[in-house]
Amino acid sequence: MSTLVIKNLHVAIDGKEILKGVNLTINTNEIHAIMGPNGTGKSTLASAIMGHPKYEVTSGSVELDGEDVLEMEVDERAKAGLFLAMQYPSEITGVTNADFLRSAINARREEGEEISLMKFIRELDSKMEFLEMDVDMAQRYLNEGFSGGEKKRNEILQLMMLQPKFAILDEIDSGLDIDALKVVSKGINEMRGEGFGSLIITHYQRLLNYITPDYVHVMMQGRVVKSGGPELAQKLEAQGYDWIKEELGIEDETVGQEA
Amino acid sequence: MTVETKLALTEQDIRSFSEGNQEPSWMTELRLKALGELETLPMPTPDKTKITNWNFTEFPTHTVESNAYTSLEELPEEVKALVHAEEQKNIYIQRNNTPAFVTLSADLQAKGVIFTDIYTALREHSDLVQKYFMTDGVKVNEHKLTALHAALLNGGVFVYVPKNVVIEEPVQVIYLHDNDSASLFNHTLLVADENSAVTYVENYLSTVEKTTGQANIISEVIVKDNAKVTFGTVDVLAEGFTTYVNRRGVTSRDAVLEWALGMMNDSDTISENVTHLVGDNSEGHVKMVVVGRGKQKQNFTTKVIHWGKHTEGQILKHGVMKDEASSIFNGIGKIEFGATKSNAEQESRVLMLSEKARGDANPILLIDEDDVTAGHAASVGRVDPLQLYYLMSRGISKHEAERLVIHGFLAPVVNELPIEGVKKQLTEVIERKVR
Repeated sequence: MSTLVIKNLHVAIDGKEILKGVNLTINTNEIHAIMGPNGTGKSTLASAIMGHPKYEVTSGSVELDGEDVLEMEVDERAKAGLFLAMQYPSEITGVTNADFLRSAINARREEGEEISLMKFIRELDSKMEFLEMDVDMAQRYLNEGFSGGEKKRNEILQLMMLQPKFAILDEIDSGLDIDALKVVSKGINEMRGEGFGSLIITHYQRLLNYITPDYVHVMMQGRVVKSGGPELAQKLEAQGYDWIKEELGIEDETVGQEA
Repeated sequence: MTVETKLALTEQDIRSFSEGNQEPSWMTELRLKALGELETLPMPTPDKTKITNWNFTEFPTHTVESNAYTSLEELPEEVKALVHAEEQKNIYIQRNNTPAFVTLSADLQAKGVIFTDIYTALREHSDLVQKYFMTDGVKVNEHKLTALHAALLNGGVFVYVPKNVVIEEPVQVIYLHDNDSASLFNHTLLVADENSAVTYVENYLSTVEKTTGQANIISEVIVKDNAKVTFGTVDVLAEGFTTYVNRRGVTSRDAVLEWALGMMNDSDTISENVTHLVGDNSEGHVKMVVVGRGKQKQNFTTKVIHWGKHTEGQILKHGVMKDEASSIFNGIGKIEFGATKSNAEQESRVLMLSEKARGDANPILLIDEDDVTAGHAASVGRVDPLQLYYLMSRGISKHEAERLVIHGFLAPVVNELPIEGVKKQLTEVIERKVR
């Protein structure tokens, strides 16, 4: 079993503090959902864990099986087992999806142990079929000209090909129609199991109809303010966030506001 | 400050060099006239690059002697890598200033194709060479560097494809530079007569790290009615040269000229590539990739001039600048009055990899005719840190991520190159240069 431990994490962007002490522990074989209204720091948490160049961790720690993640370069974090499905994946001209994926797979392997082309193609084909992706997407330039839904599927394709220990999914459901949402959920459910844990960031309960989380957390003002089981998501869907704000005496839930 | 252009070579040196090669008297006279005009002719003025302090005229010696090769087996490994030995039936290799190897298939010889070093061509095909040599393409007295070239010419090749002859396999020329005292005043003259077709590839390859000579190179490509020429280059000249390279094409009616230019020099370089679309309905396409590194300064002026009606011109250039390299990309589409229904398109893009790298793209359209279409796109930018972050978030190292972004940036041009061999060689050189 692997464990990702986030302790008292404070993160700033351009000198402005966004996360104000996040605590969270995720084990493999668990799916955690982080919910909350816009502007409460959910995506910042995802980016800070992965090492986005614009986010500065001012204090706190992130450890993966005892290893200090914050000391690692972005690629080392990935090789240690972290994956972030991004809200806005970059487009990269001239690099095909297939070449990119092969480079990423081989980056995790020793020299001389690279994946064989045949094996790679077999795996890629089967996973693309599973995600109902057009075969020509393998040869298209990475995310270039992809529709919003295609980009999200492509993130899940990468997830399935790279098989990380922990996947953070940053609003993987935004902008998806119901069919695409079902496909994306199918991919994540396929990953679910012993060696895999996930942190799903969303502000719609809809996604959680397809992926049942083990734990649900609510973020406001740059902190986790409430945690619970799947029933918490149900309650949020039915009643919104106001009852939590009332309970905790929060007037404005966005960061930059204090209770 | 003006540049010292006094040459160590005298009129008598030039005369005896020319006569020593048994050149026809017209050539000797052409050289001497060029030498005489040298002092008074102005330097070229590449837009946005000040070259007044560049040294184009000092070099250790005019010619060096090198051994020829008796077979392709003797070639150094770097050169062998450029040659598909078993299939390559038509190849000329020049080693520094010495014609070192030439072969032309019996079939093409029988069809009247001429493929020989420039000295032999001057001796054996004097009239034909005289008709095209620095007449329709580059003029001797265009500026100081063209005159210098004509006066000091010390190598090159002549390719003549007769009417209706279509050459299937590429014709290849390798200009090998393996002596750091050598200077290259090479002239490529390629004439494709009516209804003919040829793919020509020239490689400039330095195998010395640093050098002290001059590279003043001119290639002229004459494409007659309904002929088609695909002209590819991979230039890899060493640091230390001051490279002036002028590649010029002239198309007649219905002719097509495609340039595939891989500019991979490590020297300071002034490159001028001009295509005159003279005949109606002719086409000129330029595809160029550049990688600059070190403290290199380069200027790439690409110009397509539309004289004929219904002419089609296209310029596509992508460049990557590393370290402290700087380069100017001037793209000029010029449509003359009367060239109705012509179309001039261009795209220039420069990617800078470091804080100190510099790039500039200047798209220029000069249009003297109303009934035409034209378009341009240009961009200069740095590597997007979010692209690197994205790639790295999948486990790819920063270095490998940069490599992918660079190859990706050049790929839209490299993939469009019309010659497979050039594509492959270029990909390898790019790989070496960005490593």
